[in-house]
Amino acid sequence: MAETLEKEVIKKPAEALLSKRRKKFVVDPLNDDNPITIQVLGICSALAVTTQLKPTLVMALSVTFVMIFSSLFTSILRNLIPTRVRIIVQLAIIASLVSLVNEVLHAYAFDVYKQLSVFVGLIITNCIVMGRLEAFAMGNKPYDSILDAFGSAMGYSWIIIAVAFFRELLGSGKLFGFAIFESIGWSTFPTNGLMVSPVGAFIILGLIIWVQRAKTGYVEQH
Amino acid sequence: MQRSNTYVIIFSLILTIILGGLLSLASEGLKPAQKRAEEFATKKQILSAVMEVDPKENILQIFDDRISSIVVDATAELVETDEDGKPIDAAKVDIEKQFKRNPDERLYPVFRFHEKGDPENISAYIFAFYGNGLWDNIWGYIALETDMNTIAGAVLDHKAETPGLGARITEKLVQNRYRGKKIFNEEGELESVNMLKSENNPPSVLDEHNINGMSGATITAKGVNRMLKNYFENYLPFINKIKEEDRKVARLLN
Repeated sequence: MAETLEKEVIKKPAEALLSKRRKKFVVDPLNDDNPITIQVLGICSALAVTTQLKPTLVMALSVTFVMIFSSLFTSILRNLIPTRVRIIVQLAIIASLVSLVNEVLHAYAFDVYKQLSVFVGLIITNCIVMGRLEAFAMGNKPYDSILDAFGSAMGYSWIIIAVAFFRELLGSGKLFGFAIFESIGWSTFPTNGLMVSPVGAFIILGLIIWVQRAKTGYVEQH
Repeated sequence: MQRSNTYVIIFSLILTIILGGLLSLASEGLKPAQKRAEEFATKKQILSAVMEVDPKENILQIFDDRISSIVVDATAELVETDEDGKPIDAAKVDIEKQFKRNPDERLYPVFRFHEKGDPENISAYIFAFYGNGLWDNIWGYIALETDMNTIAGAVLDHKAETPGLGARITEKLVQNRYRGKKIFNEEGELESVNMLKSENNPPSVLDEHNINGMSGATITAKGVNRMLKNYFENYLPFINKIKEEDRKVARLLN
């Protein structure tokens, strides 16, 4: 009896590559469960790297790469990883991937590498990465884990890119280093020094959270 | 699942070996590209001290065409080989490593900026600088015109100065304040160029040796001042040698 049951389970048609359940992994962190604005994780790098769009974009790509691959490897190894040392194993996987990103940036994007300096290394301590490994990849199959990591990484990325967009535009009057106001003939655009300092990031982040919560109606539980 | 201690130890060992191995492979494999990227950045900085560098242009080619470089020691003697007897390339001299040595034992690269195809027609000498900022090291390249007194241009960079404050030494706006300033006073003594405290000093205190500093970054500015003074002193024998040679040529022409 037990045997036939097992066979039936195997015969069940495979879940669609992007089923409703899986779509939720990707879509949720973009808005309703955003790692930065709702879970308030990864704030440090959201403040530090977002003065200009270019390094922010590189940072977003790096975090996405690290998250997807660390989730993949952790998920593949999840039944082999001894529970007692799982945190340090996750850390070792993340740290290795981050070092790899750092080396690649050093070789092929030296300017950005110098600008980001310690913040690439600090991806290791970004709570979003380890949070997803511990909460999801340790208990789910590789494909689901990749989707989950991708969702959270995108949730992180769009926020820091949005913050960087306003900080570079208002703080330096530029976008990707291109003097946007000068090109439309407004050369006296008053750049705002506050936007270049971390305080500017806090203000923009606060405004984004305000708009977001006004729309979703999300209220923190006490 | 609770595993035995042996399992945990063996698992950790295997993981360490695999990750360590992969990382060292990646690091070794990327080393040539990293060296190239660093060399490119250095040459770009050196050129930026004397000209506007357009990132779209072939910077390495311009560098080869317009810069001829030499390495001198503290007594202005030409140094052609390193300790292992290999020829020295001035652009590859590790200024940080030299900075840690005693000033008398350092190697000092000099980059001569000349017209393309005419190495004798020099328009500026570029010197390499290194020092301590507020949080970590700072460095730069400063070009002197052929009178060996007027600053033709300056490029400054840093490892970890405060963004928005001391880190502003990388801004053209700040660096351009050095242009046209003099390093020797009227008596011919080395006075260097000093950044003053604050940004809006009255014109009465600004002169050929004093320029506006950066608000909120006085310690970085002091670091820059010290660096400039020290290294101009270190380069002084070389500067004097060039002046002497120029005087000789002038006498011959007369």
